[in-house]
Amino acid sequence: MRQLILSLMLSLSVFTVEARVEAYHFDDPAKEARYKQLIDELRCLVCQNQNLAASNAELAQDMRRLTYEMVSEGATNEEVVLFMVERYGDFVLYRPPFKTSTALLWVGPFIMLAIGVLVLVVFVRRRSVGETPELDAQDHERAKRLLDDKKI
Amino acid sequence: MKARYLAPLGIFVLLVIFLGIGLTLNPRDVPSVLIDKPAPRFTLPDLFDPARTVSAADFDGEVWLLNVWGTWCPECWREHGFLMHLAKNEGIKIVGIDWRDERAAALEMLRDEGNPFVAVGFDPESVAIMDWGVYGAPETFLIDRSGNIRWKHTGALTPTLWREKLQPLVVKLKEQSL
Repeated sequence: MRQLILSLMLSLSVFTVEARVEAYHFDDPAKEARYKQLIDELRCLVCQNQNLAASNAELAQDMRRLTYEMVSEGATNEEVVLFMVERYGDFVLYRPPFKTSTALLWVGPFIMLAIGVLVLVVFVRRRSVGETPELDAQDHERAKRLLDDKKI
Repeated sequence: MKARYLAPLGIFVLLVIFLGIGLTLNPRDVPSVLIDKPAPRFTLPDLFDPARTVSAADFDGEVWLLNVWGTWCPECWREHGFLMHLAKNEGIKIVGIDWRDERAAALEMLRDEGNPFVAVGFDPESVAIMDWGVYGAPETFLIDRSGNIRWKHTGALTPTLWREKLQPLVVKLKEQSL
């Protein structure tokens, strides 16, 4: 019984995934894999936070169809990406190339990390210097008394 | 000692500035890669007469606007009156591409609201649209005499936009000979 329910749920989940994207048939599984990879990496311009695979926008449908046509006609991944970039710019890429305009995007996180590490180092150093006070005999005596008190 | 308390304030102000810049940017304003590049060629069936075609080559040597529209797009209805004005009173040659539309609905709209276009290509399957990098409607391109795209606008054309950007450019381009 449990197995039945489980298999039912599994098959249902498959349906929901497939229902969204129109089914394209490829003669070659390698092409299908490339198609899936491409629509995963290309960005929809209408729903800007979605890739082509996830978007229901009509433009995304058109772009998927075009990707399908190009891939099934034997275009390489680079050719498809170039085709899209020539028309829509680097904007269609979820992984934009390294250029002067995208330098901050790529290097930014590392700069932030460096600043964070620097702040941390300075902070820790300052603190460790400040918190080792010199103890004279009197302090030791007091500390010993306090520690002994606690034992009772 | 004071600097230590000012530091968070400084960071906060910096953050506000950056977020402020981010908020005022328009994410729809995707820079077109086609500016100053040759306008993509297209040949589409004529909206009025499917037996004929409308082609970008028909307008070689002229300064013209390409306007992508559809009856499903509310902004296009809003923009329509101004396109009529541009065509009638400013003598601008506007070529339309009717995108993802129903022929009958498009014809009805042009009959009722007037037709600002010198020619309209019918593109229900997004054949030409993709080459122009169009991702929404309305979108308008300005093409110069040598067939290069010189300007692009996403969204409806407005009198302000016309006065400040488009008109000076059109005047300049029209002065240039081939």
